[in-house]
Amino acid sequence: METGSPDTAGEARGERRDEPVWTGLPRDLLRMRRLLLVVWLAPLTLGTGLLLGLLCGPAWASFALLPLALLLWGWPMLGRNWASWRYAERADDLLISRGVLWREETIVPYGRMQLVEVTSGPVARHFGLASVQLHTAAAATDALIPGLEPAEAERLRDRLTELGEARSAGL
Amino acid sequence: MTTPGTDTDVPIEDGKQPVVEQRLHPVTPLRRAWAPVAVLIGWAVHDPDQAQRQLTRLTTTTLLLGLAVCVVGGALYGFLTWWFTHFAVTETELRIRTGLLFRRTVHIRLERIQAVDITQPLLARVAGVAKLKLDVVGTDKKDELAYLGEGHARALRAELLARAAGFAPETAHEVGEAPVRQLLHIPARVLAISLVLTGATWGSLAAALVVPPFLWFATHSLWTVLATGLPLLGAAGASSVGRFVAEYDWTVGESPDGLRIDHGLLDRTHETVPPGRVQTVRIVEPLLWRRRGWVRVELDVAGSSNSVLVPVAPREIAEAVIGRVLPGVTVPAELSRPPRRAGWCLPFWWRGYGIAVTDAVFVSRHGLLRRSLALVPHAKVQSVRLEQGPWARFKGLADVHVDTGANKTVTAGLRDAQEAAELLRGQAERSRTGRREALPDRWMV
Repeated sequence: METGSPDTAGEARGERRDEPVWTGLPRDLLRMRRLLLVVWLAPLTLGTGLLLGLLCGPAWASFALLPLALLLWGWPMLGRNWASWRYAERADDLLISRGVLWREETIVPYGRMQLVEVTSGPVARHFGLASVQLHTAAAATDALIPGLEPAEAERLRDRLTELGEARSAGL
Repeated sequence: MTTPGTDTDVPIEDGKQPVVEQRLHPVTPLRRAWAPVAVLIGWAVHDPDQAQRQLTRLTTTTLLLGLAVCVVGGALYGFLTWWFTHFAVTETELRIRTGLLFRRTVHIRLERIQAVDITQPLLARVAGVAKLKLDVVGTDKKDELAYLGEGHARALRAELLARAAGFAPETAHEVGEAPVRQLLHIPARVLAISLVLTGATWGSLAAALVVPPFLWFATHSLWTVLATGLPLLGAAGASSVGRFVAEYDWTVGESPDGLRIDHGLLDRTHETVPPGRVQTVRIVEPLLWRRRGWVRVELDVAGSSNSVLVPVAPREIAEAVIGRVLPGVTVPAELSRPPRRAGWCLPFWWRGYGIAVTDAVFVSRHGLLRRSLALVPHAKVQSVRLEQGPWARFKGLADVHVDTGANKTVTAGLRDAQEAAELLRGQAERSRTGRREALPDRWMV
C-alpha cells in the first residue's frame, strides 16, 4: 500500500488503458491525521473529566466519555478512510477513488487540466506531506490527492503539466 | 451617428503594423448622467419624511447650487472616463484600456471567444448606439464596450469574428458580416400562449393577488401590504410580461460564424455563438406544454449569461435546430431507465430518470412533471465522477456525474452499480476520442 519510488513509477504506470495501476497514499498521512485526532480529543477528554469531576461531582464527569468515544471511534475510521484513497495515472487521464461509506471515483483527462496546485501546511510539512489538486474549467471537478511525499507530489505535478500540455484542448 | 471616436495611432513596440486605438461613441458619457439623480430619488423614496424635511430647509439658491455641482461633476466624470477609455483590435487580441485613477488594461484573446453579444437597451436604440461584449471565460460586466455606434458595433463584431475564425489579418477588415440563414422565428401568439401555459406565471400572479389582501385583513397596515405586495407584483410582471418582452421576436439563424440569436421587444439583443462553443443543450418540457408538443431549449456556453436557445417551439423543429447547433446529433427517442429497485432510493420520481449514450452525445433525463433532457457532446466533458452513498450501495445503485466547462453538471441518477462503473470508464474513453475529432478553436482554418 506504500507509494512506489518516483524513479520506477513512470514505467510501471498506466501505459495500458484497461488496467489502472492504483497507488495508495503514504502512511505518514494516516499518522498525521491520527496524531491530530489525539492532540485535539485527548486533552478535551481529560479537561472535561477533571473539570466536571471536581466542580459538579463524579457522575457529571462521565460526560468525558463522549470525546473519548469519538477518539476511539475515529482512530479506526481514519484508518479505513486512509486505506480507501488511491489514485492511478493512465495514458490519458488521472483516476482518483476514495470513500468508505460515500464512495466517489473521479476521472480527469489530462487535456482538460487548467492548473495543478501543490499545497502543504505547517503540520503537513513537518510530516513531509503535500497535497495535489487538479483544476479544470468545471468547478465541480474535485480531483484532490490530500497527502503525498513532496518528491512524489512534484513528480506528479510535473508529469501532469507535461501531459496536460501535450494533450491540451480548448473548452 | 456611426462615427467612432477620434482615432490615435500608437506604434507597437515589436515594430509590426501599428495598433489603432479607438474611443467609444461620444454619447457614452451620458449613460452615467442619470446616476446622481437615481441616488437622490432612491434616497427620497426610501425615507420620504426625512426627504420632505430636508427639502423645506433648503433655500432655492442652495438647491440650484447643489444641482449645478451635481450636473457639472457628473458630466466631468462621464467625460473623463470616456476620454480615458480606449480599445484596439490587434491580430490576436482585443485590448481595452480604461480608468482615470485606477488604470485597467484587459487583453482578450480572440481564439478564446465563446460568444459575442451586441445589446441595445431602449434608450440606446433611440440614440442609435449599442453595447458589444465578448464572452470569454473570466470576463465580467465591465469588460464590455459600451457604447459604440450601431453600424460600428456590427462592423467590429464582424471583424472580431473574422479574426477569431482565423482569416488572414489583412483581409479580416473586408470579410464583412457572414450571411445568415434563418432557422426559426417564434410568432408572438405562440410565445404568449406558452407563457399562459407556464405554471410559474400563474403561481407568481396568484401569490401577488392573494397575499396582499390576506395581509390587509391580518394587520391593517398599509405599509406592510405595500412592502410585500409590490415585490410580488414585480415578480409576477417579470415572469409574465417581462419574459414576453425579452423573448419577443425570437429569431435563431445560422451563419458560417456560428449561431445567431436575436430577440427583444424594447431591449434588442443579438448574440453570436461560434461553432463548437456549446457545452450543454437541455430540452425542457413543462407539463402543460406536453399536449401541444412544445418544448423549450436551453444551452450553456462557457462565460455567457444567456441560456435560452429556443423559448418555445414544437419538438420536431426544436430537434432540427439542435441538429444544426450540435452537428450530427440526433436526440435519442429511447432512453434506458434505472432498474426497478431505484424506487427504494427515490420513490415515484425515479421513473423520470433515463440515460442514453450515442456516438456524439451523453444524454440524461430527469423530472417527472417538468421533464428536462440534457445533451452533452463527448468532446465537452471536463471530468466524470461516480458517487455512491451507503443506501444506494445497499441497493446496488450509483450516480454518474458528467461535468462540463460551463460549470454545469449533468447527472445520470440511480444506475445499476455495475453499469455505472462501465459508464464511468466508457465516458472517459469517449470524451478522449471525442476531443480528437472536435473542431479547432479557429473554425475557418
